[in-house]
Amino acid sequence: MPEMTLVEAINVALARAMGEDSNVVLLGEDIGVNGGVFRATVGLQQRFGRERVIDTPLAETLIGGLCVGMAAQGLRPVGEIQFMGFLYPCIDQLVNHASRLRHRTQGRLSCPMVLRTPHGAGIHAPEHHSESAEAMLAHIPGLRVVMPSSPERAYGLLLASIRDPDPVVFLEPTRIYRAVKGQVEDNGEALPLDVAFVLREGRDVTLISWGAMVKETLAAAEELAAGNLDAEVIDLATLKPYDEETILASVSKTGRCVIVHEAARTGGFGAEIAALIAERALLSLLAPPLRVTGYDTIIPLPRLEQHYMPSIGRIVAAARKVCQFN
Amino acid sequence: MTDQPQTDEDLPVIARFEVRRRAYLAPDSTVLGSLPRFAADTNLLIALYRAMVLARTFDLKAVSLQRTGRLGTYAVALGQEGVAIGVASAMLADDVLLPSYRDNAAFLWRGMKMEELLLFWGGDERGNLSSGPAHDFPCCIPVGSQAPHAVGVAYAFKLRRQPRVAVCLFGDGATSKGDVWEAMNFAGVWRLPVVFVANNNQWAISVPLGLQTASATLAQKAIAAGFSGEQVDGNDVIAVRAAAEKAIAAARGGEGPSFIEAVTYRLGDHTTADDAARYRAPEEVQAHWKEEPIARLRTYLVSQKAWGKSEEEQLAAECQERVEAGVARYLAMGTRAPETMFDHLYAELPNAYRGQRDEIKRAFHA
Repeated sequence: MPEMTLVEAINVALARAMGEDSNVVLLGEDIGVNGGVFRATVGLQQRFGRERVIDTPLAETLIGGLCVGMAAQGLRPVGEIQFMGFLYPCIDQLVNHASRLRHRTQGRLSCPMVLRTPHGAGIHAPEHHSESAEAMLAHIPGLRVVMPSSPERAYGLLLASIRDPDPVVFLEPTRIYRAVKGQVEDNGEALPLDVAFVLREGRDVTLISWGAMVKETLAAAEELAAGNLDAEVIDLATLKPYDEETILASVSKTGRCVIVHEAARTGGFGAEIAALIAERALLSLLAPPLRVTGYDTIIPLPRLEQHYMPSIGRIVAAARKVCQFN
Repeated sequence: MTDQPQTDEDLPVIARFEVRRRAYLAPDSTVLGSLPRFAADTNLLIALYRAMVLARTFDLKAVSLQRTGRLGTYAVALGQEGVAIGVASAMLADDVLLPSYRDNAAFLWRGMKMEELLLFWGGDERGNLSSGPAHDFPCCIPVGSQAPHAVGVAYAFKLRRQPRVAVCLFGDGATSKGDVWEAMNFAGVWRLPVVFVANNNQWAISVPLGLQTASATLAQKAIAAGFSGEQVDGNDVIAVRAAAEKAIAAARGGEGPSFIEAVTYRLGDHTTADDAARYRAPEEVQAHWKEEPIARLRTYLVSQKAWGKSEEEQLAAECQERVEAGVARYLAMGTRAPETMFDHLYAELPNAYRGQRDEIKRAFHA
């Protein structure tokens, strides 16, 4: 099996999907000749032509709306928003149209589209290039929100998202586009959506994360293991709809939980998971669930961003705290 | 280098643009110039006339249903029937309509049933199931946000080499939105088979056109996107139909997009929730009643001896009857069980939400 980076796995999955289904078209800014600013679409315009790998004008509302119109006609558009900070003009299209086209027409029209965008901080990018707004998207009924944390899951979940009959926002963890490598076989096999992945089994504490923070969370689990704490690590992978049962089963087993995300704390997706645990696993708990998150401030420019992001140390400290709770 | 100072007037003109205006029937119904070829077909003109009268009868009935608590907020198209009918009548069933919320007349022309329209405005998504062409979009309420969909639809036609056209209707207010510009710009770049139609009824709720734009016309906005825009007298259904026919044929023939600015006047309130007397003088509205499209075509048909008092009476009775029958079917439709609010949320309801659906079901059927 070839070893590849996460962004290479995305490229391979896109090529596979386009080869399999002539309805799949890619559209976005600089995705054609340039292959995308992160090179996720490199080589695809040469291979599939200018009509199927479309360099759009610089207009994000248009990209969202084009996907809706194309999808209603049975194409399988995969739009790219260059950075998550530029997704906001698309929110109208996602909330008012993509997510509800099937519902408002009672199934007469549907919207099988994917909107891909890099997610998160930590690459020393300029202002507005480091957003992690997944909770906002996960609040939209009718949408799917998917975020891989490894090359294998990037490949399998992107294929699943493109084949899914409903709209998916596919958030790509920018910080680990090239920082992680994995064995990916280009066999066309999708991974299931709406399912969380238990990356490491453990009995003492459940660590739940998604996207790039899975890397620090796994490293924290290693460090905890050195101190004789056995952490279970869950990659949520699909944030909407999310896999409640895997979380509840794990927390029921360990009785302790730490939720890790890069986005600001208040109203973040960790709050949703903590609420789920409070509602449905309270009596299994041996300690209050803790959140290790970004702070309730604007994501700082690069000089301070490392202080904003949850570190391995903060995750380890929180895990020890819930394990020592009496 | 010349040492002669240049004035700005000496600089070369590198581009000039024109916007033309199309009108065949003057407000008093006298014929301006020569009529388009289809206007020789009296039966077609009568069909357009009948459709406008039916749409108005339906609209007025919808308002009375709203006033008596049997319909939700409703957007009337009083005085603008010529736009929706002129445009819809130039489309093929295979074309895709992407309308605003004031284009019910176009839906009726394309086969949507009155009870379906009423069901939607009466608060039930099933209305959008529509007996019209299955590929038509439901009406778009966030203003102008359907324009990007229209270019997406048109792109699919072009990619698949299908001789089909996307037709997008919106109001004057929508032309202030980035969505509409972004869509027009893309349509120009890719020469897509799409026709944009602005129903310029002079008012966006309480904001008059002069506060909406400083453009002399809305049609000229197309020029910046690289294709032609034409202004038509939107109260002259013959002119609207002629402009739409030409634009749709051009799009179908691979000649790219067009923009039609149909100038009308909103004789009614914005919706049943609005009171236009708060922001415009009744004299202004009164004056525009002299220009409205139904009387204009009727006067012409009468002058051609193609229409008379008995036909008019018969049509009025027929429209009343059809609308009453539609209303009766609407009122006979029951409300769905509350758990159906989860129907068609996704192709298949995810496990995560089945519990919520069951919760509603239990509460309702307990």
